[in-house]
Amino acid sequence: MKKVFDSASAALDGLLHDGMTIAAGGFGLCGIPELLIAAIKEAGTRDITIASNNCGVDDFGLGVLLATRQIKKMQSSYVGENAEFMRQYLSGELELEFNPQGTLAERMRAGGAGIPGFYTKTGVGTVIAEGKEHKDFGGETYILETGIVVDLAIVKAWRADTSGNLVFRKTARNFNVPAATCGRVCVAEVEEIVPVGSLDPDCIHLPGIYVHRIIQGTHEKRIEQRTVRSA
Amino acid sequence: MPWDRNQLAARAAKELQDGMYVNLGIGIPTLVANYIPEGMTVTLQSENGMLGIGPFPIAGEEDADLINAGKQTISELPHSAYFDSAQSFAMIRGGKIAMAILGAMEVSEAGDLANWMIPGKLVKGMGGAMDLVAGVRRVVVVMDHTNKHGESKVLHECTLPLTGKACVHRIITNLGVLDVVPGGLKIVELADDVSEAELRKATEATIVA
Repeated sequence: MKKVFDSASAALDGLLHDGMTIAAGGFGLCGIPELLIAAIKEAGTRDITIASNNCGVDDFGLGVLLATRQIKKMQSSYVGENAEFMRQYLSGELELEFNPQGTLAERMRAGGAGIPGFYTKTGVGTVIAEGKEHKDFGGETYILETGIVVDLAIVKAWRADTSGNLVFRKTARNFNVPAATCGRVCVAEVEEIVPVGSLDPDCIHLPGIYVHRIIQGTHEKRIEQRTVRSA
Repeated sequence: MPWDRNQLAARAAKELQDGMYVNLGIGIPTLVANYIPEGMTVTLQSENGMLGIGPFPIAGEEDADLINAGKQTISELPHSAYFDSAQSFAMIRGGKIAMAILGAMEVSEAGDLANWMIPGKLVKGMGGAMDLVAGVRRVVVVMDHTNKHGESKVLHECTLPLTGKACVHRIITNLGVLDVVPGGLKIVELADDVSEAELRKATEATIVA
């Protein structure tokens, strides 16, 4: 079965519907599936629930889907520097389920690993724990968090082979691995697609079993905070 | 004179020990990296998925794929390692990180920490802070002792939504250093030319002798 598609919209064909759930890789603007996000904007899919650490910035990344009001709910750990995200949340236009960053990553990992729930100390004694089952282990209190499984995972990698094995680059790996695994279908966009046999099997970051469709494209890879030292 | 930002960071750096794996928060805690003593090996963790954070890159060598948790461009070191966010928080939750140094809006005398939102006003999100304070073995807060209205940020009880309960071990402020001990806070050190009376006056929390 051919996994390589010609464009982001072709790779998403038949996978999008109103009210769907999506997990997106990326941290800030680093390692985000920018081409697939643009194609979802183009498709006009509405009432989407998105699990993603952040929601981009106002004019880039997932922020573009906030601008077009295509997102119903975010499951995120950080609103940060996104003014429109904060505005829509404070005005009640957008649902926001705050997840501690590690809990969000583990919920995706667990969902992809067939684990429906897990106990964690993170968030005990905070609003995050409200309404969740508490259980003591070894004299310490933990809360129950559930695994996330979504209709579609969209991720960005550095390289793929045509069988869908992925290699990431530096800190752009971030949420892309757990997000990919928790999708019933996963579409990956990469900077380069190479023939099978070109990647060292010992150095695959995400095996192709998790990746159903791939596209190659040109990425803007915007830098959020350019910090340098003098030479 | 109370400590300035850089003096605060330099004081916080004295908490570091050779061989430690440490996570530094955004803001003043990030500056702590500039004061790691010569000859000491401290490996900095960035919760987006890296061990061994290097200095800011030389202009022209910035890489969009290489950022810290504050989204700033950084560089790598010979012993650096990359991993995904689930593994990053597995090492945090699993108690593998020796120390976290992070900022705060409020800290209580019981070691409760608030640093992620002001209801109705400012919604930043907790990011990785809740995981860090729950999983890291020692939590050190670095912050100004009072807010911009001159009110104490070192309180009997936090008024803002908590990041973690009874999780802070040491508080380093521009006025001095306090430890969370049974019954309240204990003064460990005063900033240069700050008197104990001044520190007590700026502190709402119970100070035990």
